[in-house]
Amino acid sequence: MEILQNLLGVGLGYFAWYLLNAIGLIIPLVVFVAYLTFAERKILAYMHGRLGANRVGPKGLLQPFADLLKFIFKELIMPTRANKWIFNISPVILLFCALLVWAVVPLSPQIIFTHVNAGVLYVLAVSSLGVYGIVLAGWSGNSKYSFLGGIRASAQMISYELAMGFSIIGVLMVSGSLDLVEIVKIQSIGKMGGGLLSWNWLPLFPLFLVYLISGVAETNRAPFDVCEGESEIVAGFFVEYSGTKFALFMLAEYLNMVLVSALTVLMFLGGWLSPFPMSFGFIGKSSILWLIIKVCFLLFGFIWYRASFPRYRYDQIMRLGWKVFLPVTLVWIFILGAWIISPLNIW
Amino acid sequence: MITNLLFYIFATILISSAICVIVVKNPVHSVLYLVLTFVTSSCLWMMLKAEFLSLALIVIYVGAVMVLFLFVVMMLDIDSENIKEGFFANLPLAITVGVIVLGEIIIALYGRPIITENINNINQNISNANQLGFELYTHYSYPVELASIILLLGLVIAVALTLQKTDKKAKYQNINKQVMVNSKDRLVLLDIKNNTAVDINDGANK
Repeated sequence: MEILQNLLGVGLGYFAWYLLNAIGLIIPLVVFVAYLTFAERKILAYMHGRLGANRVGPKGLLQPFADLLKFIFKELIMPTRANKWIFNISPVILLFCALLVWAVVPLSPQIIFTHVNAGVLYVLAVSSLGVYGIVLAGWSGNSKYSFLGGIRASAQMISYELAMGFSIIGVLMVSGSLDLVEIVKIQSIGKMGGGLLSWNWLPLFPLFLVYLISGVAETNRAPFDVCEGESEIVAGFFVEYSGTKFALFMLAEYLNMVLVSALTVLMFLGGWLSPFPMSFGFIGKSSILWLIIKVCFLLFGFIWYRASFPRYRYDQIMRLGWKVFLPVTLVWIFILGAWIISPLNIW
Repeated sequence: MITNLLFYIFATILISSAICVIVVKNPVHSVLYLVLTFVTSSCLWMMLKAEFLSLALIVIYVGAVMVLFLFVVMMLDIDSENIKEGFFANLPLAITVGVIVLGEIIIALYGRPIITENINNINQNISNANQLGFELYTHYSYPVELASIILLLGLVIAVALTLQKTDKKAKYQNINKQVMVNSKDRLVLLDIKNNTAVDINDGANK
């Protein structure tokens, strides 16, 4: 940072330093997402008893880049009587929000783009903006299928945001902080000795389950993917999009998957902490590798659900969100409050 | 210096987008301008170091309320050509209401001193959210409870208004029954010998 400030002046050097940091964060993320799509194809193929993508490069490893090139060279189609400005800007809004959240997500106590003390609040605020990208994409395409898809997606996202928010409140109650780094730190201490058992998932198990399932619903993934249910409404809100704009939607969807997994790991699964107690020496050390392993584990879960479960019916999704998850979280918050002020408090 | 500059940029965006809300023809565009207004005012609050309020504004208004607004507006079948009809007929009334509202705001701002002494009491070491929560649930707990009851009342009224009496002819799904169903209720495997008649109800009765 000092070198850049000497070279470009104080203000500009500061700016350039953060720009470089942002690029250093975004490029690994995008490559990760590219290989996530490849992993999804391979894992799904394995679960279906097929071979999967294996033509491009050794073992098909260059397949994501082939897909990317294909997206870039496809024609951009503009539907007639579409609202051009909104049609073009909505995938950008979606991707912008999906990337913006990463500004406060810590990957380890040191590797963090900006350390704000209201990180959870920021995550909630910015991720709630992403729904605009979807609802506007559905509306602006001047197509009934995409409109239906957009409405389904946004209704679903709003409903499950509540359940997610309430399960986050449980985490905030036990950690007493809105800071994601602090939330992870508090999980490393406890009566269970700082290992796997002292993480938040065990004492907050119902909230953990609600968050995990709502995360799948929030990212509109199978089995909650009615907004792009191909047997009913073709492809949902992005049915009119082609080429690079379609690629932006895909990128945003997978980025959100990684984000939800990362947040679950930070809030319930101990972030960068090792599952073994500190006394185990090398293997008990906390490191970014643990975070990546946990995120990959959850992402594997995302793909596994897609291969295993049939799609939910729309009214059942709404019923699950409003009549099952919301009451469960509300009741559990009261129980948690009583637990914290009782002598049995473990935090 | 840069803070002042940012303030003027945000203020310009805020005012121009607020004007656009009532000027543009397409109602969906006005909703989007309103969203922009909320986002810029939240930026202004952020500059005042009220980070909790500013993020709460985004979570509540932009993330939830305006999305529902957008829903309703998108569903409406509005003829955007005739939407400005009767502009001059309603102008005197609109001006009167506007002047009254503006006057009320001015009286409220200048009529009694704004509570400034509490601003100096703010402890810089405690986070904004912590402080606000502490104040709301100690000094202002009765107003908070009152406000929540009013909101609950609104919720109950909305449900009561839309809840229609059950129509005997209408067909409903019993969701519990649907969820509790298992494969044995839907599918029965029968052993059928060649050239024999099978009673269809046979399996169901077992």
